[in-house]
Amino acid sequence: MKTVKISKNIYGIPKEKGMNVPGRIYASEKIFENIKNDKSLEQVKNVAHLPGIIEASIALTDCHQGYGFCIGGVAAFDLEKGIISPGGVGYDINCGVRLLTTNLKRKDILGRGEEILKELSRKIPTGVGRGSPFQMSKKIMNGVLSGGAKYLVEAGYGKKEDYLNVEEEGCLESGDPLKVSERAIKRGIGQLGTLGAGNHFLDVLIVEELFDKVVAKAFGLKKDQVVIMIHCGSRGLGHQVASDYIKKMEEKYGFEELSDRELINAPIKSELGQDYLSAMKCASNFAFANRQLITHWVRESMVNLFKDIKINVLYDVCHNIAKVEKHVVGGKKREICVHRKGATRSFGPGRIEIPQVYRKVGQPVLIPGSMGTSSYVLVGTKKAEEMTFGSTVHGAGRVMSRSRAYKEFTGEEVKEKLKKKNILVKSSSMRSLVEESPDVYKDIEDVVGVVGDLGISLKVAKLKPFLVLIG
Amino acid sequence: MKYEFIEHTADVEFRAYGKTLMEVFTNAAIATTKSICEKEIKEDRGIKIEVEGRDLESLLYNFLEELIILFDSEGFLVSNVKKMKIDEEEKTLSCVLIGDSEGSYEIFSHIKAITYNEMFVRKENGVWICQVTLDV
Repeated sequence: MKTVKISKNIYGIPKEKGMNVPGRIYASEKIFENIKNDKSLEQVKNVAHLPGIIEASIALTDCHQGYGFCIGGVAAFDLEKGIISPGGVGYDINCGVRLLTTNLKRKDILGRGEEILKELSRKIPTGVGRGSPFQMSKKIMNGVLSGGAKYLVEAGYGKKEDYLNVEEEGCLESGDPLKVSERAIKRGIGQLGTLGAGNHFLDVLIVEELFDKVVAKAFGLKKDQVVIMIHCGSRGLGHQVASDYIKKMEEKYGFEELSDRELINAPIKSELGQDYLSAMKCASNFAFANRQLITHWVRESMVNLFKDIKINVLYDVCHNIAKVEKHVVGGKKREICVHRKGATRSFGPGRIEIPQVYRKVGQPVLIPGSMGTSSYVLVGTKKAEEMTFGSTVHGAGRVMSRSRAYKEFTGEEVKEKLKKKNILVKSSSMRSLVEESPDVYKDIEDVVGVVGDLGISLKVAKLKPFLVLIG
Repeated sequence: MKYEFIEHTADVEFRAYGKTLMEVFTNAAIATTKSICEKEIKEDRGIKIEVEGRDLESLLYNFLEELIILFDSEGFLVSNVKKMKIDEEEKTLSCVLIGDSEGSYEIFSHIKAITYNEMFVRKENGVWICQVTLDV
């Protein structure tokens, strides 16, 4: 495939016949060479063919091959001529990250790792098959689907400041639960408050380094502070919403013309496009509520060990979502539909969507590492709004298959290796531990470095893992 | 060979084989369970299902999707398939899924969705082959 280097860290796929816009990839030379090894570039090009796409089909530094759209991709569409696609959001709708701050210091938790892990895992269900102790009626489910984290807080599972510090204040408005199928509800009703498998986990981390003291202060972060990160999504409910609407769109529009069946889409304006948007909002609200319920349980567990503990929500970001947002396109401000699949919103200072407390500095961007590597807190920028529709990376990205990891390492080896780095891990399955071994991921330091050079999000703090609870 | 797993960076991919369409679908179901649980699963009880599709791929997609819905909603793990009937013309399928509750098994992964990524169902030299990628 023909690619060109546009400038440092920016590569392009020139517009050819059939493409509505060019492709654009943000990566260092080394990472770009790596990206060429899978189908990411082909997928960026395919997305550039979709109707109503604006400016460019974008892949970020952490991109890798996905279904239809690559993971680590951003695509914005015109509201009149454009489309909406479940493949542009991903199967795990509003998979995201929430970061909690505490008033504990490193010294408070050293030597107490086992005890903390035990207490957390008593409340928070681990083990893939294990359902949630949170029993939900259909009525509560409807409340969660339309009200998200806000609904749960109002029902007594948290405090107002929790949802105020969540992207969209923890609720995407006007999601209609009737657009979510019975099958999706059946899959999700027993899963609220569960992490799920794969790369989803709960980490207790320590703030190791601050890069920007002013922004760190605004975010409430201090060196040596204990923080807690929750990484999970909308569970079976969101996965089923994606599958249901892929099928409905295939029935209505057919897939024969598409270069990849997973690129199925519907015009945003169409009834089906609007129905998907509505169901996707409900699934996103389920994910916000999921992270809220886990937050509530983290508080209930930790207070048993640290009676004066204070836990606040720093922020909560979506990694898989489509949203109607205002952006400057061709010199004019207008509403467009931004798909972020494995990408984080990265709005700079002043945007009204950012909580009041952070509005002067820009939104917090939360980047989880793997269980053995550091995670990062970054801050959004104006430059991201100019270059990537206000978006940045979401993580490190896998480089080794699960089956190869299983052949190469044993659970005991992974555990030992982490122990040497002073990281304790609890997992109900040795195999899931092996499959998520730190060696299967790209180097997060490289990824965070490139987005900093590009200016689409800037480093604020580095968080070192101390405890890992695997779903 | 009934099925084999193929290297895939982020997810799980397998190919299943069979002398008949019924056999290849059955082996795909067994491979799907094997991608989340290694142990042999008891044939404790059966659940009857009926699915339909637009083509063989969507029939397979919808059939395997029943497995993940039953796992998420009822904790049911499928070990075998019986009384399988497929109408190739109408693209309909009925069968009894045989298996056990997940309670006593170690589950190491969770399937988010069946995908159409590089999926095919076809007959090659008299053998039915299907390829499936699971989003995990």
